[in-house]
Parts: sequence; C-alpha cells; structure tokens
Amino acid sequence: MLKHTLRILLGVAFAALPAAPAELRFALRTEPKTFHPLMVEDESSETIRYLTGGVLIRLNRYTQELEAELATKWTVSENGRRIDFDLRPNVQFSDGTPFSCEDVAFTVRQLMDPALHSPSGDAFRSAPGAVETGCVGSRAMARFPGPVAALAMQFDQVAILSAHSPRKEAAVLGPFALAEYKPGSYVLLRRNANYWKRDAQGRRLPYLDAIRLEIQQNRELELLRFRRGELDIVNRLDPEMFDRLSTEMPRAVVDAGPSLDMELVFFNQVAASPLPDYKRRWFRSSEFRRAISEAIHRDDIVRVVYHGRAQPSAGPVSAANHFWFNSALKPPIYSAAAALDRLERDGFRRSGEALLDRDGHKVEFSMITNSGNKLHERMLALIQQDLAKLGIQLNVVILDFPSLVERITRNFNYESVLIALTNVGLDPNDQMNIWLSSAENHQWNPNQKTPETAWEAELDKLMQAQTAVQDPKKRKLYFDQAQQIVFDQAPMIFLVNPNALSAVSPNLKNVTPALLHPQIYWNAERLNIAGAYTSQK
Amino acid sequence: MTRIQKAALVLLGLVALASLAAGWIAPSSYSEQFRDAISAPPSARFPLGTDDLGRDRFARLLYGTRVSLLLAPAAAFLSTLIAAVVGGSAGYAGGRWERIVTLGIDLFLSLPWLFLLLAVRALLPLNTSPVASVTITFALLGCLGWATPARIIRAGTRTLVNSDFLVQARASGISGLRLFWRHLVPNLRPILLAQFWVSVPLFILSEANLGLLGLGVAEPLPSWGALLRELENYTAVLQNPWMLAPVVLLVTVVCCLQVVLRTEDRIPC
Repeated sequence: MLKHTLRILLGVAFAALPAAPAELRFALRTEPKTFHPLMVEDESSETIRYLTGGVLIRLNRYTQELEAELATKWTVSENGRRIDFDLRPNVQFSDGTPFSCEDVAFTVRQLMDPALHSPSGDAFRSAPGAVETGCVGSRAMARFPGPVAALAMQFDQVAILSAHSPRKEAAVLGPFALAEYKPGSYVLLRRNANYWKRDAQGRRLPYLDAIRLEIQQNRELELLRFRRGELDIVNRLDPEMFDRLSTEMPRAVVDAGPSLDMELVFFNQVAASPLPDYKRRWFRSSEFRRAISEAIHRDDIVRVVYHGRAQPSAGPVSAANHFWFNSALKPPIYSAAAALDRLERDGFRRSGEALLDRDGHKVEFSMITNSGNKLHERMLALIQQDLAKLGIQLNVVILDFPSLVERITRNFNYESVLIALTNVGLDPNDQMNIWLSSAENHQWNPNQKTPETAWEAELDKLMQAQTAVQDPKKRKLYFDQAQQIVFDQAPMIFLVNPNALSAVSPNLKNVTPALLHPQIYWNAERLNIAGAYTSQK
Repeated sequence: MTRIQKAALVLLGLVALASLAAGWIAPSSYSEQFRDAISAPPSARFPLGTDDLGRDRFARLLYGTRVSLLLAPAAAFLSTLIAAVVGGSAGYAGGRWERIVTLGIDLFLSLPWLFLLLAVRALLPLNTSPVASVTITFALLGCLGWATPARIIRAGTRTLVNSDFLVQARASGISGLRLFWRHLVPNLRPILLAQFWVSVPLFILSEANLGLLGLGVAEPLPSWGALLRELENYTAVLQNPWMLAPVVLLVTVVCCLQVVLRTEDRIPC
C-alpha cells in the first residue's frame, strides 16, 4: 500500500515538472573575435552573425535562391550601382526599437565608412567614392560608387544595425540575440521575442528558446560530447569520424553531398622566387601542369582518403554551386601513359626510373602542406606514388600553418603546395581576388603589374566582363569561359570537392541539410528539439 | 648471464636480424600502396594487414624497426651523455658550478623548445631526404632531452659524493679524476642506465608527436613513431587488434634491453 502511494506521488511530482527548455547546443572551434556584425571575418563570429543578424535579403542555403526577409521587394538598377528596398512593416529590434528605413541607411553608411573599414563592405567598394543613401517612408535606397556585381546577393552578409537603439549593435533583428558570453567556455544566444517571422500556423518563430555555442577546439572531444548527448550538431566532420559515427549512430550522420570546398595543388610560378630557373620553367609550362593533373588518380583520392565521401573536381566551381558550375568541364581521367606522352612532347624524357627534363635535370620537387591535416598527408602519399610512376620524385614536406603561409604569400620559397580552399560564396565575384592577375591571392603568381601570360590577360578580361554586366546569363557565359581557361592552363590543379558531412542529434526536428554553409542550422528559426518545452507551447 | 638474459638476447637478435633482412622477409615494399586492399586484415599476402593507404603493415613494421632501433637509442645515448657530463660534474664539484648548472637546467626546462623545432623545420631545405630528416629529428631530440636526466644525475652524484665509501676513499688520499672514474662513475651506472632506457621509448613517442608538426619521419619512410600514430583511431584499434603490433614490439624490445643490460647490485668500491 505504502509502495503504491509512493509510486503515485512520484508520478504526480514528475508530471508537474516542466520539460527542459528547447536549447540547441553545438561547438565553435575558436573564440569569436567580434560581435559587431559588420566586422566579422572569422567563422565563429560569422556563426553568431548568421543566428542573430536580420538581413534584408537572404540566400536560401537549400534552394540557392534569394528570398525576401526584412525587404519585401528589391530592385537593382543603374547597372548594379543602385538598389531600392521595400521594407517589411511592423518589425522591431530585439530591444523593442522599431525597424525603419533609417536603420537601413545607417547600416549602409556604416558598411561603407572608411573609418570603420568593415570586411563585409569590401564587396561593395568597387570604385572610389562615397555611398548615397535615401529613405522615404518604408522605402530605402542605396547608390554605391561603382557597379557591384550580384548586388542583391551581397546583402545576405549585411546584418541591419539599429540607428536609434541605445543598445547599438546588441539590438538585433535575427531570430536570436546574444545573452551571455563566457570567454573560453560558451556563447549563449536567447530567442528574440520580437522576431518578425511566423510559421504557417501563425506561431511566432523561432521554436528554440536558446542556442548554446560551446567553445571547443578538440574535434575528438566534440565528437565524444555529441555521443554523450551533450551536443546536438557536429559540423564539418572528416570522413574517418563520419564513418566511425555512422557505425555507432547511423541515424545521426548526414552526408549532404559535395560541398563548395575544394582541395587543390598549385606550383610556384613567381618570377622573383628563389627557385632554380629550370624548375621555374617546368612550373610555368602548362603541359607540365596538365601532365601532373592527369597523373593524379582523383578517384583513388576519393575512395582511399575520403572513403567515397568526395567528388573528383575539374574546375574552380563545385557541382554544389548549381548556377555557376560549368558542367562541360570533366575531371581529367587518370592516365600515367597520357601524362608521360604530354611530358615527352614538352621535352621531358624517361631515363631508367627517373624523368629528366630537356637539359638533363632530374625531375624532383617538393610539395608542402599544413600539419595536423591527416587527409592532406594521405593525399600527398597517394600523389607521391602516382608521380613516381612517371619517374618524378616528390618530396612531401609538412609545415606548421604560419610557415606555410609565409612561404606561399611572402618569400615564395616553395615549389608546389597542396591546400584546401573553403568557399562560402556562390558568386564568381567572391573569386575575383584569386583569378585577377593583379590580385594578392592570385596564388601561383600574385600581384602582377601587367598579366605575364596571354591566358592570364584573357582571364582578367573575362572576370572583369562578368562583373560589369548584370544579366546572369551573360555573366555565366563569361565565367564559363574563364573556368575553361583555368581548366586548360591548370594554374591550379583541382583534385576533389569533399562532401559536407555533419552529425545531427535525432532529437533535432525540422533539419533540412543544405550544401552551403551553415549546412545544418541555416534554418535555425525552424529547428526544434523533440520533447523540449518551448515558449510557444 | 642468466637464462632470461640469454632468451632476451636471442629475442633482440631476432628483431634486429628481421629488421636488417626486411628486404628479404617482407613480401612487399614499405611504400608500395595496394589501393585495392585498403585496411585489409592479416592474410598470407599481408601478415599484419594493410594500413589506410593499402601499405603492408608487416613491411612497414620491419623497416620502421630498423629506423627506430638505430636512431632512438642513439638519441637516448646522446642525451644521457650530455646529462652525465653536466649533471655529474655539477654534483661532484658542488658550490658555485652546481648552482650555475641547476639554474641552467631550470632555465632550459622552462624554454619552449617546440618553437626551436618548428624553426628548424622551417629552415630545412624543402627537398631534404626522408633519411636526413629523421636523422636531424633524433639528433635534435638527443640534444634537447638532457635537462631532466641531468637533474636526476646531479642529485644522485651529490648523494654519492657525501656517502661513506667516498669519504673513506678521500680520506685514503684518492682524489681528482681517479676518484671520479674509479669510484663515482661506476656507482652512477644504474642511474645512467635507467635514464637511458626511459629515454628510448620517450624519444620514439616524441618522434611520433613531432610528425604532427612535420618534423618527424617524412613519408613514405616508416618509423615506430609513425606507426604508433595510427593508434589514435581507437575504434579501428578495437576492431583490428593487429594494429597493436608496433606497441607489442616496442614493449618487447625495451623489456629485453633492460633484462640484457641489467646491472647487478655489485658496487665496485
């Protein structure tokens, strides 16, 4: 009898307890460097901006289409210099300050303020001069000093600031607002009670009460905490971790397919580099570069290194980028014989086990990569054996990241490099700093005063042409030609596009993995935790 | 020599012989990738299976033994020698020299040597051969690893200097180098040997860790350290216990060396 009463009492007590609040938890790999949405440069700060910032136009990470957010309509005119927005009415910042066109004008002025030097503003500074802003009722206008390619899309990165709120940039228009930051430990974002968006049933979003971003650098610990249920999402899993987790928690792993990221190799073509002349001649020969490209077995890299979770790549745009991908370019088919033929046409010859150039120099070079990246180490081991079949001796050198950056950007004391490029933007303009011969990130031979080769001059022309027109079809035509040149000349040898691999707790609802960053929480306002108490209930 | 010592010696001889005859014993080269047999289990073709690049683990273990068995003891010998000279002289001489040396050891231990290693890697020519790279790595480890043993040796020497038999020796008129070589050094042998044997596996593991910074053994040359790095993936180790072969070999070799070179408690006074 006593036991029975106790059971009833316990049952009543547990039923009276509220369920846990809906709190999403995942890890940031580094400390956020800023909470100012216009000053974001690092990935952690970008995550916080994405979750807290309200934007006029949002790029839907799933459909890759632009969607109206704080602007219900927009018009781009004057050849990409001017943009007009119709603003959404009855919207408030997280502190209750009303949102108006003055906030848009204020944000754009801040964005272009040379004193602030906002990294987000770089994409808008296509010509010298000041920005003009206008504000009439619920319409806002911005006229930039020069044409800005993909002007509307650039606003995906611009979180609107309040012109009048006493809380300044802490007043936000996004689904969450910064509540607490404990350096080295976590960042806590709480639900913005004034967020304007509602779901189909008319319930105010977001569903989650909070997002806790744990600062956790160690990937193994992050995975361990995910397994224990202390984290709900693990972003950017490597294939080995993905396989490990998929055997233990098959329902938790998500492979969204090839991402925008790419693994590539390039050779040092800098005229002033401390390389012997004969080596520079090899590296400046497009036949040599193409032969190396043909001799690398991309399918084996995908199978052996990425356990099948990557796709061989041909050019600078991943198949994940639906619009700009040039489907006419196919990854070079592996053929040691074809590569050797090409090298022989370029004056190289086999002598026993070694390959010699026309002057009798043995073909031997080093390839550097950053330390701590097992995938790169394995890729290099495969490339080493692939090139050995041609008689080329490849010396693998693993350097700490600062030494690697020093070599490829400052003293140019390297021969070839294997690196990863992380792409977040879809538009070709995001790659202008790579393809223009005058650009600092024209990695194989940067900062050229005038293009040193005819094909680089042509590449410059095409990239400038695509940025000067607004018609997407024309831009695509120009950029396809630019991609073709990159493919033919192989200044960068594109190897693979790794898949976007993540782990998601089965308790997390409404997850729609996308290829673009942030793959899992791009629709954070619609995510929910199963069985959790939320403010909506 | 006891029976156990003889058995250990035979075992060591076999390991050394196997590593030297790796070219004949191993069915394939340590660097050849069998890409159709990635992470294969043990078989007649691959006695210890293959690694994640399809390389024969058995061949890599034999060649890795050759590298590590030669270079790790060499580095341990170098560091113990420096430690013996520095620590021994400080403990024996005492006074100001001892204070200077103790201060020097403390200073040396507090310095971030990792940056020196990084600088060395950054300064090395990019086309340094894997053999040269591994030799430089172990030489550096030997030169940097003396401070901790030196502190222990200094303390041991100090105790010996004040011991009864040495006081008696001094009272009998023995002094200087004769006292040092005849009475002190032989009694320091157990400490020196202990420091040496502790350093061998330590250097092997340090080399593995340095591999993460790019200063270890360069691909495709194997070493015990490089092979031990595979054990980071504990799930794979649980599923493929043969991956533990380098650990078993390392423990066996270190134990055998300790048994063979074990000193008796005879103190030649």
